[in-house]
Amino acid sequence: MAGIPHDRYEPRTKSEKWLHRRLPVIGLLYDTLMIPTPKNLNWMWIWGIILTFCLALQIITGVVLVMHYTPHVDHAFDSVEHIMRNVNGGWAMRYLHMNGASLFFVAVYMHIFRGLYYGSYKEPREVTWIIGMLIYLLMMGTAFMGYVLPWGQMSFWGATVITGLFGAIPGIGEVLQTWLLGGPAVDNYTLNRFFSLHYLLPFVIVGLVAVHIWAFHTTGNNNPTGVEVRRASKAEAQKDTVPFWPYYVIKDLFALAVILAVFVAIVGFMPNYLGHPDNYIEANPLATPAHIVPEWYFLPFYAVLRAITFDILFLDAKFLGVLAMFGAIAVMAIAPWLDTSSVRSGKYRPMFKVFFWLLVLDFLILTWAGSQPAEGIVPLVSLLGTIYWFAYFLIVLPLLGVIEKPLPQPETIEDDFDAHYPPDMKTDGTRSVGDAQATPAE
Amino acid sequence: MAEEVSENRRDFLYVATAATGAIVTASAVWPLINQMNPSADVQALASIDVDLSAVAPGSQITVKWLGKPVFIRRRTKKEIEAARNVDLSELPDPIGRNDNRPGEPATDENRTLDESGEWLVMMGVCTHLGCVPLGNAGDFGGWFCPCHGSHYDTAGRIRKGPAPTNMPVPTAVLNGTTLTLG
Repeated sequence: MAGIPHDRYEPRTKSEKWLHRRLPVIGLLYDTLMIPTPKNLNWMWIWGIILTFCLALQIITGVVLVMHYTPHVDHAFDSVEHIMRNVNGGWAMRYLHMNGASLFFVAVYMHIFRGLYYGSYKEPREVTWIIGMLIYLLMMGTAFMGYVLPWGQMSFWGATVITGLFGAIPGIGEVLQTWLLGGPAVDNYTLNRFFSLHYLLPFVIVGLVAVHIWAFHTTGNNNPTGVEVRRASKAEAQKDTVPFWPYYVIKDLFALAVILAVFVAIVGFMPNYLGHPDNYIEANPLATPAHIVPEWYFLPFYAVLRAITFDILFLDAKFLGVLAMFGAIAVMAIAPWLDTSSVRSGKYRPMFKVFFWLLVLDFLILTWAGSQPAEGIVPLVSLLGTIYWFAYFLIVLPLLGVIEKPLPQPETIEDDFDAHYPPDMKTDGTRSVGDAQATPAE
Repeated sequence: MAEEVSENRRDFLYVATAATGAIVTASAVWPLINQMNPSADVQALASIDVDLSAVAPGSQITVKWLGKPVFIRRRTKKEIEAARNVDLSELPDPIGRNDNRPGEPATDENRTLDESGEWLVMMGVCTHLGCVPLGNAGDFGGWFCPCHGSHYDTAGRIRKGPAPTNMPVPTAVLNGTTLTLG
């Protein structure tokens, strides 16, 4: 399956051989787990495992919560309180699920910006990138519908505002919005369908994650240098890589342990820090909270939505805001075809680095702008932030490839690795990894 | 010749099979899509009567109709005057949005239910993204939507902010002190 040459699974025992002839499932697991992985990966390559963990955490706690939740406007709010007060350990399950969504988005943003910096989206990993963007879209849909289920004030009004986005589309908007809601306004019929889809979509994500992994196991991982693993022979490939098991599994589990220490502290000591107090007030269709804010992970795109306050030609501000919001994600998805630079990693692109960190800053500023009431300087900040976001993808990425003079890149991953861990350190035992791999083949 | 005919026959069979398959699939998918449209009980347009005898000048009541709030405001002389003194050119949306007088311009007279302009009845839903605006608030003394900062005047017309249109006036009939919606 993988493009990098490596040892394949060989069934040894009689029962393994029996099963392998009928269903080569152990071989699939073995080859997936033993995939040759560039040996110079840094700490930004841990987020994939964190994301996999989050998906499992959300599905497991979610299935448990459903055993006690009632999707009906008269009971939803009370059943969540029932989980918090009466169900054994229910508060822990709910707080894990609630904050698990936040950890999920922290990890996905780190993962996406990692990809943007090291050029992981570039040829030949465009399909991996596109699938990743689909997963991200599904995550947003799932998180949004999940937030509606407790039927608090923010649930109700968040749902009203977001489904209103579809109503802004000229022509079909109103029909589409009514179809999504199931009636003239957010009500029981809306809650029921959101519950159904909130349960379904995570399993669609599981499927896409499998395809995401399949895709980058076919092309091989990117790495901080952006230089490809040599794959002319197995011996050569082994100089650039180590098997995923045990080297990266152990490293990733260590990172997971550190992150979970922080996560569990938040769940235990400040579980509502990232939430909004208005969501502990039951939904009231006749009163809007003074200031509607989405969950923190939607804030940058919420700021983009509110940034457009003027009409252009025959398109009104409302529809333009919606276009800008979806467009902000769309330009990110087509980054592989916008970036013209032949150098993959941002490490060797002096001008790119500046614009990249400005993009990170822009993302943080938009997050802030999205959290503020739309008054004073906020609309202007949102507009400028939106302009830079689009300019980065549509102007900076295509232009830099032409005008930028990149720094020299290492010839191979091995060279990069040896520059950090000089080969004479081999004797002290800290670096026997490459050796152990290379020796038998030589 | 015979071969050609049989090839044409084969092509026809392919196209016919594929077309039948597509039609069958589409007709199987349609009920799955259509089930998400409003159900019969939701569609049954309710018409409701509201008793207005207890509403004093300068106050507003909100009733729920079709799942949405309806503002019923008994305006003061000052509010009526403020709304009538506005020139049409100052309005971002010059259309009246009154179901009882479709297509008329957005003068104050075209927005209210009675001649004197005392009764203003409209959907209490911001035309931006569907929040409920707050009464007696905003830069124009009418309504203010806290979600994204849309300001409406005392006739419920959009004056400032992201909302594209005036708040719509639903089909309504005023009979003495009884208001019939729908």
